[in-house]
Amino acid sequence: MNRMTQIQMHKHDCLIVGAGGAGLRAALGASLGAKTAVISQVFPTRSHTVSAQGGIGASLGNVEPDNWYWHMYDTVKGSDWLGDQDAIEFMCRMAPSVVVELEHMGLPFSRLENGRIYQRMFGGHTSNFGEKAVCRSCAAADRTGHAMLHTLFEQCLKNGVHFFNEYMALELLTHEGAVNGVLAWDMVRGGFHLFHAKSVLFATGGYSRLFRTSSNAHINTGDGVAIAMRAGLPGQDLEFLQFHPTGIVGVGNLITEGARGEGGFLLNGPGEKFMVKYAPTIKDLASRDVVSRAMAQEIREGRGVGPNKDHILLSLEDVPADIIRERLPGIKELAETFAGVDCTKEPIPVHPTAHYAMGGIPTNRFAEVVIGSMDGPETPVPGFYSAGESACASVHGANRLGTNSLLDLIVFGRVGGERMREYANSLDEFVPLAENAGARGIAEVERLMNGTGRERMGAIMEDMQRTMDQNCGVFRTEESLSRQYDIIEELRKRFEDIAIDDHGQSYNLDLVEALELGHMLDLAAALVCGALARTESRGGHYRDDFDKRDDENWLKHTQAYLEQDGSIRLDFKPVRLKPLTVDTIEPKERVY
Amino acid sequence: MEKVTFSILRYDPEKDKEPFFQDFQVELRRPGMMVLDALNQIRWEQDGTLAYRRSCREGVCGSDGLNINGVNRLSCMTHVEELQYPIVIQPLPSLPLIKDLVVDMDNFLDKYFSCKPYLISRTPMPDHEMLQSPEERRKLDGLYECILCACCSSSCPSYWADPEYLGPSALLNVWRFIIDSRDEGADERLEMLNNRHGVWRCHTILNCIEACPKGLNPTRAIGGLKKALVMARF
Repeated sequence: MNRMTQIQMHKHDCLIVGAGGAGLRAALGASLGAKTAVISQVFPTRSHTVSAQGGIGASLGNVEPDNWYWHMYDTVKGSDWLGDQDAIEFMCRMAPSVVVELEHMGLPFSRLENGRIYQRMFGGHTSNFGEKAVCRSCAAADRTGHAMLHTLFEQCLKNGVHFFNEYMALELLTHEGAVNGVLAWDMVRGGFHLFHAKSVLFATGGYSRLFRTSSNAHINTGDGVAIAMRAGLPGQDLEFLQFHPTGIVGVGNLITEGARGEGGFLLNGPGEKFMVKYAPTIKDLASRDVVSRAMAQEIREGRGVGPNKDHILLSLEDVPADIIRERLPGIKELAETFAGVDCTKEPIPVHPTAHYAMGGIPTNRFAEVVIGSMDGPETPVPGFYSAGESACASVHGANRLGTNSLLDLIVFGRVGGERMREYANSLDEFVPLAENAGARGIAEVERLMNGTGRERMGAIMEDMQRTMDQNCGVFRTEESLSRQYDIIEELRKRFEDIAIDDHGQSYNLDLVEALELGHMLDLAAALVCGALARTESRGGHYRDDFDKRDDENWLKHTQAYLEQDGSIRLDFKPVRLKPLTVDTIEPKERVY
Repeated sequence: MEKVTFSILRYDPEKDKEPFFQDFQVELRRPGMMVLDALNQIRWEQDGTLAYRRSCREGVCGSDGLNINGVNRLSCMTHVEELQYPIVIQPLPSLPLIKDLVVDMDNFLDKYFSCKPYLISRTPMPDHEMLQSPEERRKLDGLYECILCACCSSSCPSYWADPEYLGPSALLNVWRFIIDSRDEGADERLEMLNNRHGVWRCHTILNCIEACPKGLNPTRAIGGLKKALVMARF
């Protein structure tokens, strides 16, 4: 069947892909003066921002003295110096104003006695350059992401933002070096839609579903990053994936770091508060990479908990039950449902869980997608923007601090929305569509729909996730990564021989998941290549065989390109060490 | 390994004239397995054509409200082992069927949209946050957690009977704003609700309370709205 004739055309000044926090914040800015549409794979409030728990970082200083420079220092240190310091300064300076703006939009933050926004302690956030933990996380109990996503969606309703819900992006359209639209699939009715736009912003989220033990929603399959790479753009720092310390054992669901911010602590098999060995100053509130590694190390050395000594306990015994009910009601519910544990009385069994992609589509601090290399300045890709987890600004570098993801998505969503609107309005005409616009996306769908191979999608996905856990997790070696490289190549071959069961147009989840699997396999290949090449340990990327950070050779961002034949080519670009107004925070040893 | 029978409502608009039930055998592979895990197992290993919605798989995104053994629940938060076998799964009642377990939520959501579910404030904003005491903020607990899953509205006989009734979910979300100390839009919202398709359609049948997977109480919220409307007359 020739579906080319059935493409429905749309024209908008600004097109946003993804309706999580970054996409919705961008939509609010873009729609003020430009015809804007948002396409999303799910109804907006189903986006993964909804799962964020502990809070958004901002130096409001509501509880104790704080300032943006301390926040910036912590973020740079947390990033293990791979973060770009101009973008980090920009984000931390803007943090208090975006939090106040969210409050003005109606976000139901928890409150202090004096009526101000409640702030709690969080991992890696300190006062006075690491002296002690500081209350910086602005929280709505432990449902901050839910509260934020709903608030942003409410504002979009108020402002009449136009949504195309349950549309799956297939292809990024480009012409003569500029981005000018997206081809998408209507998941409910079936059929192709071509969105022609003057500017496009990807807020398509992360890809922690590459792993079996993951805190992420089913939809977090890195579609946007993979689609951008298929259009010839690089994926940046993809090897840096965060393993959150406290995923519920067996299922991976998140227990917020806020649980430790409220006074919870980790215990090993012998019942020791082991974090004091690894982070003497702030202990359980060290950066996530440090805590996850410490937990994995305890387990590796035989001090895990349980009959198989394969996990750790998170104890909330120092947190009064009424505080848990008021400030951590969500994790109480999760612990009960997924671990069968009443966390006001018993500890929660936890294990590190794949949680957040520091890497993504490279952008500058204006959310403009940029291409860079070791020589020469970065060049923006005309008409293309990205914000939130799909982007790599890079404000998180090699390891993201808790609460900085909600901050990242709101700051760069806001900036990106404004920028894409200004850019669209500066163009008199739309960049014309290329002759073959959409052909690649259509071919991909037709290949899957008409596939007659022997391979099943579910089996390939399971093999990918299980082996990524085994070979590309908290601890990595050349041996494990080489093995995983071969496995992923084998899985990509199997994927070419795939057949799906559902050949219908209406709500074909089989097709959608097969498309997602293709995206994930491309990303897995790039992630493993980057991890294999990076012969050092930095932030979330830890190599047993190269256990030190190597600034001389590796203080640089990986740029992974997907070649026409499916192979991965690695390039690099320097870290932007110079902040906007302050002196460079010079790399040094990272201790907590 | 123990196997459990799932009897699932199937309907493909491109093939089937009428919905029908199809049985699947699902292996219980680990304790604590959820209904969503079972649906995934069926789709990944037996029949890829089965359609349903899911996203967060931890009860906060609201994608996967289903009718499970006659009760509206989230598939991701419902333990298989707590249910009576065979397990009967249907889409949420009264909402138009798209395919298998996927329903058309447009009408449900349009009603929510129509109630102005956003903060309305006419006073110029201060440079800092608006102040709100912990007591004032506590009034939003039990309201702001709504995940728009439609478990409540689609369990409500009044909602089934009156296609124009706003329903418990939309009304709970209105109350969430009216009771917010920062909101100044009570008047314009309350008048919209003061009719037979608004709050007065609620006959306190209480199904919504039982159905809510987040433990919220829409009937109490509707009671608050009714009281506010009555008090406004005096």
